[in-house]
Amino acid sequence: MQAKKRYLILFSAGTCLILLFCFGGIQVPLSRRGSHRRDDRSLTGYHLGARWRRLSGFMQAFSTLGKDSSDELHGHMSPRQKRDTNSGLYTGKRCRMETCFDFSLCERNGYKVYLYPQLKGEKLSESYQNILASIEGSRFYTPDPGQACLFVLSLDTLDRDQLSPYYVHNLKAKIQGLPLWNEGKNHIIFNLYSGTWPDYTEDLGFDIGLAMLAKASISTENFRPNFDISIPLFSKDHPRTGGERGYLKHNTIPPYRKYMLVFKGKRYLTGIGSDTRNALYHVHNSEDVVLLTTCKHGKDWQKHKDARCDKDNAEYDKYEYREMLYNSTFCLVPRGRRLGSFRFLEALQAACVPVMLSNGWELPFSEIIDWKTAAVIGDERLLLQIPSTVRSIHQDKILSLRQQTQFLWEAYFNSVEKIVLTTLEIIQDRVLEHWSRSSLMWNSLPGGLFALPQYSTSLRDFPFYYAKLGIKPNPKFTAIIHVVTPLVSLSQPVMKLLVAVAKSQYCAQVIILWNCDKALPAKHRWPATAVPLVVIEGENKVISSRFLPYDTIPTEAVFSLDEDTVLSTTEVDFALTVWQSFPDRLVGYPARSHFWDSNKERWGYTSKWTNDYSMVLTGAAVYHKYYHYLYTTYLPASLRTMVDQMSNCEDILMNFLVSSVTKLPPIKVTQKKQYKETMMGQNSRASRWADPDHFAQRQTCMNKFANWFGTMPLVHSQMRLDPVLFKDQVSILRKKYREIERL
Amino acid sequence: MCAAGKYSSRGPALIPRMKTKHRIYYITLFTVVLLGLIATGMFQFWPHSIESTAEWTLEKGSVHDAPLIRLPVSSPIPERGDLSCRMHTCFDVYRCGYNPKNRIKVYIYPLQRFVDELGVPISSTGLSREYNELLSSISDSDFYTDDVTRACLFIPSIDVLNQNSLRIRETAQALAVLPRWDKGMNHLLFNMLPGGPPDYNTALDVPRDRALLAGGGFSTWTYRQGYDVSIPVYSPLSADVVLSERQPGPRHYFILSSQTAIHREYRAELERLKEENGEALLLLDKCSNLSQGAAIARKRCYKGQVYEYPEVLQESSFCVVLRGARLGQAALSDVLQAGCVPVILADSYILPFSEVLDWKRASVVIPEEKLSEMYTILKSIPHRQVEEMQRQARWFWEAYFSSMKAIGLTTLQIINDRIYPYAARTYEQWNNPPVVKWSSVNSPLFLPLIPPRAPGFTAVVLTYDRVESLFRVITEISKVPSLAKLLVVWNNQNKSPPEGEKKFKCPECTAIDGLSLDQTHMVERSECINKFATVFGTMPLKVVEHRADPVLYKDDFPEKLKSFPNIGSL
Repeated sequence: MQAKKRYLILFSAGTCLILLFCFGGIQVPLSRRGSHRRDDRSLTGYHLGARWRRLSGFMQAFSTLGKDSSDELHGHMSPRQKRDTNSGLYTGKRCRMETCFDFSLCERNGYKVYLYPQLKGEKLSESYQNILASIEGSRFYTPDPGQACLFVLSLDTLDRDQLSPYYVHNLKAKIQGLPLWNEGKNHIIFNLYSGTWPDYTEDLGFDIGLAMLAKASISTENFRPNFDISIPLFSKDHPRTGGERGYLKHNTIPPYRKYMLVFKGKRYLTGIGSDTRNALYHVHNSEDVVLLTTCKHGKDWQKHKDARCDKDNAEYDKYEYREMLYNSTFCLVPRGRRLGSFRFLEALQAACVPVMLSNGWELPFSEIIDWKTAAVIGDERLLLQIPSTVRSIHQDKILSLRQQTQFLWEAYFNSVEKIVLTTLEIIQDRVLEHWSRSSLMWNSLPGGLFALPQYSTSLRDFPFYYAKLGIKPNPKFTAIIHVVTPLVSLSQPVMKLLVAVAKSQYCAQVIILWNCDKALPAKHRWPATAVPLVVIEGENKVISSRFLPYDTIPTEAVFSLDEDTVLSTTEVDFALTVWQSFPDRLVGYPARSHFWDSNKERWGYTSKWTNDYSMVLTGAAVYHKYYHYLYTTYLPASLRTMVDQMSNCEDILMNFLVSSVTKLPPIKVTQKKQYKETMMGQNSRASRWADPDHFAQRQTCMNKFANWFGTMPLVHSQMRLDPVLFKDQVSILRKKYREIERL
Repeated sequence: MCAAGKYSSRGPALIPRMKTKHRIYYITLFTVVLLGLIATGMFQFWPHSIESTAEWTLEKGSVHDAPLIRLPVSSPIPERGDLSCRMHTCFDVYRCGYNPKNRIKVYIYPLQRFVDELGVPISSTGLSREYNELLSSISDSDFYTDDVTRACLFIPSIDVLNQNSLRIRETAQALAVLPRWDKGMNHLLFNMLPGGPPDYNTALDVPRDRALLAGGGFSTWTYRQGYDVSIPVYSPLSADVVLSERQPGPRHYFILSSQTAIHREYRAELERLKEENGEALLLLDKCSNLSQGAAIARKRCYKGQVYEYPEVLQESSFCVVLRGARLGQAALSDVLQAGCVPVILADSYILPFSEVLDWKRASVVIPEEKLSEMYTILKSIPHRQVEEMQRQARWFWEAYFSSMKAIGLTTLQIINDRIYPYAARTYEQWNNPPVVKWSSVNSPLFLPLIPPRAPGFTAVVLTYDRVESLFRVITEISKVPSLAKLLVVWNNQNKSPPEGEKKFKCPECTAIDGLSLDQTHMVERSECINKFATVFGTMPLKVVEHRADPVLYKDDFPEKLKSFPNIGSL
């Protein structure tokens, strides 16, 4: 009986537990469902507790394989037909390259730009003259319309504000009269201002036909993607070439400046674009967020004056614009009457990260620039969130935004020439689509104007992206020995040099560039080397031919040598290891320097031994092969011809070029013999170096080059790179490059 | 209910002390309570329990559970969709709010079955497998919210992936009756196959007011830049076929064309290229002699020879992706999966995710008109770049094309980046394959600056105990003209730092710096290096053989003319 009882108790207890568990278990989803009931009440037509749930069971695929595509096969019209109808359909506001641009014009003669001759009596604004001059000075210019791919008007279309003094009347008739106009096909029209008070439309006041627009303050609504180009608004004082460097001279960490966010500008009170500026005072705190507006502009501002004007105006006068600009971490760039403003470029130059408040503005060069890396894209509707947004940005991000403003400013904006060239290069990328730059090339140093995709479309072939791609440059080099004197004996310096260089463990090939008037010597007269020896007869025997991008250079590194250079294998090896750490720079031995001669008000050149240098001679220097390509294609023919005629200065020009790309000085490595000019020849060249004209020519070159670059790109350095144990008090046997120390 | 359970459980516990009749009484009572409980349970919860249990355990349902919604003929139709819509005009940003995570909240409507007045469904397929997958993966993601009031973006559960299976007007009506539709504001539709015969529009024809469209075949004329998102056409083969990643490098064929629906004009052009270049080109078509069936999608033929698709794509360096009637082609996905470089011939096509992906590094775009020059153009591409592109192509597939989940979440991330641009993913994050991400160096101080000497430098001296050598260092360093500030970090908790000129004698200090001679010290440092390298996953330190010296260092030159004559070496 007792046992039975126990069993019974056990059984009932068990049942109870099971029951509890069952009901308790069911309770969980029930209570969850209960809480959802409240949220979903607003959704009429939904059963209670509804939410998205993954479904199970059989479901059809969204597309039956083969069926959807075989449908396509029949039925659809010929692709050629489709193209033809498109080109008729998609014109005007719907223009695209494929419908409004004639690619065939560019295939015949390459990408060339024609400028219409200037008409008598036509006045051109200073800015437009600068634009035209920049095109004329570029490598794209052609004076022959028959060769042109792109056409630029000589009629000033920059200012299309009817109330402006620069407004050109009767533009429509003038353009229609142009014989090459061809409905605007393959034309590009530059414009900075359009429309006028009160609505500031983006209409230019004449029919642009099929022409492309390079326009400032263009809105996304009117912007024809991959056809138009948004350019920045620049003032008439914007320099034609050269241009101001960025303001940032050194990074500060933490990257905060005196102010967090600043703005100083007009407040329009009424009309288009006034809303945002009228609301700025809400976020102004007169401490680190200083947003100042003035009502004083135009003749009759008093008429529209509101209650806040007097207070605002007083506050406005307390601060100096430039002081704020250069001392603020962020700069507000709100729209004005038009979407763009000068403030944008000013902030960029000042390394003040622009905070954009201009809804619908297609930012300058948006096709290629990733603005998120250099600016904060705000939304006018969220003005009140702006302070907390900028405060939430991490220090590291600010540091990177700020540096990027400087890179972009110097790469694409600091002169009219840069703006124009960027515009032309963007169009070239469209024309030669499979030879175009990737976004990485446009948005990282040294920028798209120096990274030419016609050289290679592979990032690995440039000296700039090794670190970004996580790869190392190949240490093998090709030596190019520039020979101008005939071969007479085996003890000639060039023979010794050849042997020494070819013995280097990094040498892949030696090229003899025969620029001597005498005929090529027979093959057997050259010493036998372990590496291939190629002899090239120089084109026209001009000095620039030493910098031609020969196909016979199989390596990334080029060792450029004069025939009378004295170098040991150890020195060559050491220079190569240094170059691997600095693949984008010139690495050489004898160094020279430039200086500003304030008496003569011109640049001077010196070969004196000084504590710093800004050039290394290319008679013995190692650098990336890409610079051969840049020297030959990027530099204007005028400079190269000048160099060839004098047979001088080619090394200075190379130094100018490389420094303008890297913004850094070349690198001097230590050399064995420390006597002046011993390394640079005694015989053939001696005459050249001794020649007083030679030196004077080099002074002239400096100034000619600086003039073309618009600025002095050379940078001084006080550093020489020596082997790690160089002249240290340790056994010479421990030193790897001991040859360099031996006299 | 719980209380009742407790009560009944107390009952039997009393039984041993009861008499038999009491026991019977209690047992009866207990049974009654038990039955009562079961009955109550059945009565209250039975009608819902199947669904509820299912939701709780697997969160799965069946299409047939979805409520049926009948759309009257007169039900309103949304407007066609405004081509000028942009985020700042057609998107209500206030719904997204400011949040520290900078992440948008996405709501997904529960499933409903829409039918017209006669009971005919609006779509011939209903909810497709892919759309179910897409919505489910979004609902599992961090973007998801089930709280409609907090949502920034709304995704209807009406499947419009393939326009062919839709009744346009009724689908539009169904959209308009969604409770939060509000002119389509902040609604996102996913469509991969837009348009229909004969003119095949490049965007979904369903009128959709201001809704954002994630579309797989946009042309430059229908794509609203910065508003719509261009997405790939998902290839079902992605799920069925496993293609292992191949090392980049040259392949058996140079160019491969494997699409079956190529217009005869283009096929003729390809044939001509094949004649000129022979073996380098492989031109496949569907197999005519094979019986119809599912497997036919996995076969391609050339003159009776059968090839496995998509495996054959791995045998070629370049793979042609030609437009059909539609611009977006599922073949693009197969080609990328095979690590073959796509050669895209589809004028005006907006490439998938072009807002963030740098297609120039993964593909070759050639105008349709230049099809005949394709061979020459591709031959001019350097080998190294072909390899880079092969790797990049495969990476794009893995990260952004491989599943509906990848496609859906990438789309949301793109929209998220627009709403919180200051927290957006970077170019490198989007475009660098993992192998590059690990090995690349992106210096935080990337701008080439040569800082001026004027601001000078701050010396930071770390010290523990050796006051004498500290003072020596301080004396020496304070002679340096460009020293702006000197900071001493006192790293000894047991002693307070010396004040003023007071000097301490340091008994442990020997004449030479003992530390570097100490063997255990060296061993410790080696261990540190190993530990750090494991944490970094790589050895970031590099070995160089050069040292920076002043220009005239140890040169035979008058010392007084040298800028830095006093440099010795350590």
